[in-house]
Amino acid sequence: MIVEFGDRVDWHLSALVLALARKLEAGKPAGVIEAVPTFRSLMVHYDPLAMSHADLQRAIAALLPGLEVASFAGRRWRIPACYDASLGLDLADVARRTGLSSAQVVERHSQTSQLVYMMGFLPGLPYLGGLPGEFALPRRENPRVKVPFGSVAVAMSMSVIYPQESPGGWHILARTPVPLWHMRKSPPALLAAGDQVTFEPLSLREYERMLTKAAASELCLTPEGPTQGHRA
Amino acid sequence: MTAALRVVVPGLMTTLQDLGRPGYQRLGVPVSGALDQMSLRAANLLVGNGAGVGALEIAYQGPTLSVEADSVRIAIAGGHAPIDILQPSGNRGRLAPFQSGRLVRGEVLRMGVLGGSAVAYLAVEGGFDIDPVLGSQSTLTRAAIGGFKGRALQAGDVLPLKQAAAIERDERILAPFDLTPRKHVRIVLGPQDDHFTPAGLKTLLTHTYTVSRATDRMGMRLEGPPLEHSSKGYDIVSDGIALGSIQVPGNGLPIILLADRQTTGGYAKIATVVSADIPTLGRLAPGASIAFEAVGIEVAEAAARRLARDVATMASRVASVRRPLDIDWKRLMAENLVSGVVSARESEG
Repeated sequence: MIVEFGDRVDWHLSALVLALARKLEAGKPAGVIEAVPTFRSLMVHYDPLAMSHADLQRAIAALLPGLEVASFAGRRWRIPACYDASLGLDLADVARRTGLSSAQVVERHSQTSQLVYMMGFLPGLPYLGGLPGEFALPRRENPRVKVPFGSVAVAMSMSVIYPQESPGGWHILARTPVPLWHMRKSPPALLAAGDQVTFEPLSLREYERMLTKAAASELCLTPEGPTQGHRA
Repeated sequence: MTAALRVVVPGLMTTLQDLGRPGYQRLGVPVSGALDQMSLRAANLLVGNGAGVGALEIAYQGPTLSVEADSVRIAIAGGHAPIDILQPSGNRGRLAPFQSGRLVRGEVLRMGVLGGSAVAYLAVEGGFDIDPVLGSQSTLTRAAIGGFKGRALQAGDVLPLKQAAAIERDERILAPFDLTPRKHVRIVLGPQDDHFTPAGLKTLLTHTYTVSRATDRMGMRLEGPPLEHSSKGYDIVSDGIALGSIQVPGNGLPIILLADRQTTGGYAKIATVVSADIPTLGRLAPGASIAFEAVGIEVAEAAARRLARDVATMASRVASVRRPLDIDWKRLMAENLVSGVVSARESEG
C-alpha cells in the first residue's frame, strides 16, 4: 500500500513521509513487513494473510493526526569527493550545459547542503535533493553501461552516489572514496533517508590516498552531528 | 572430507534462492528470492527441510552436478525435465520430479531442458552450507549479493552441503501440482492508473501479451499493443515498488516487476498483479501468452488466503515411497520401464 503525501520533490513532504515511517516502525502492526520511504510517499509492504488492506488503512489513518515535521531528525555528513576531470567525467559537459565554469559547478555542488530523500535503485544508493536550479538537467541521452563505483552524479536538481559499479544515466561530477555500503556492518548502508550531505572537494592525491585506506577497510566516516533545522 | 556438490555444467541461469530478503528495501536492497515459491516449498518439503531453506533455482536448462559427499538426498520440483543419475560404472537411472532420491559419492545428476514451467528448484536435505547475507541465501546477481559468490553458478563451483550424508529414511513423493498458467492473471489497478487513458486501460484488459526474451528475474517484459499514457505522462516522482507492480515506460510496453525488482522507480505503474498469481508469472517462459483481468482488493486477499491454504496442506499430500530410490538400480530401471523411459545403454544390453 502506498501512503501518498503529494507528487513533488519537496523537503516538507519528505519529512512527513519520514515521520510516518518512524511512527509506523515504533508501533509496527502485525502484518506490516516493512515500510519504504520515497520522495513523496511511504510504501508499506504488508502480508495480506495477516492483515487486510482495510485494516492497514485504518491503522495508518490512526497514525496521521499530529504527524510533525519537527519530530524527525537525521544525521549531518561531510563526504569527501574529488572533482578532478579524470573522475568527474561529465564536469566539463555540465559546465557547458549550465553556462557556469567548472570551478563554479564544483563550488555550487559541494557547498549546497543536500537532503537524502530516499535510498533506492541499488543497495546503499542515496537520492539527494536541494541543488540550485542550474542543475535541473535531464538525464544523459545515452546512459553509460558502466558508471564507476563512488561516482557522484547529478540530474533534475538532484545528486546520486553510485555505491558500486552500475549502469547509469546521470551526469558524473566527482568520485568519493568513501564506501557507502558495507555488507558486514549493521546497518550496511552509510546513509539513510533524512540525512543531510555536503561534499568536501579533494585533490586527486588525497582521493587516491583515501581510496587506499578504504580498500584496507581503514576509512571510516562519522557524521558531524544531527541535522540542523530545515531549509525553507 | 567435506560434503559438496560440484558443478559440472551450470545450466543457463542457476542461482541459490530462498524466500527472499525482506526488511532492507528502505536501504535500496531488493527482496529477491524464488520466482516460484510454491515449487521451492515443495522441493524443500520432499527432502524434509523447512520451507525457506535455500535451494537451486534452475531456469530453462538444468545443470549437471556431481556428488562429493558420502550421500545426499535431493528433490526437484517445478518444471519437469529428464533427470538422469549417472554412475561411474556407466549405469544410469532417473529421478522423477516431485520425488526425493538419495545419491552417493561419485554419482552425477544431469538435468535436461525444462518443460511446463520456466523454473524448477533443486533442494538438498539439510541445505547448502553458505552463509546468509542480511538474513537470506538468495542471490542478487545485479549487486553480487548473497548466494554462491553473488552470482549464477559456473562450471567448477563446489557447493558445500550442511549434511555429510543423507538421513536413513524413506523417500517422499508429492503429486505434482498444476503448473498450467492461469488464463487471466489477476491485477488490482493503480497506483498510477490515472496516468493512462481509458483506451490505454482497456488495451491492457482486452489484449493478450507475449513474454519477451528480455525477461529476467528483475522484470517480465511484455510485447503487444502499447498502452496509451494520459497527459500526465509516464514519468512520475519515484515511489515504492511492490512485487508484481506493472510499470509502463515511454514506449507503452508493460514490465511486471518480479523477485529482483528495484525498490523504487520513476515510471507510472498501471496495476499490481495479485500476490497469489506471482508464482504463475515465475513459471512463464519467453514466448508465453499472458492476459489480464482486473479484480478488487477483496478478491486479491481471498486468492492469497486460498494459496496459503494450498501451501499449508501441501505436507498432507506427501506420501512415503517405502523402498529407497538409490542403489537399487534394477528397481529404478524397472520403474523407468513402467513409465516408458528406458536408457539407450540398457535396452541395447
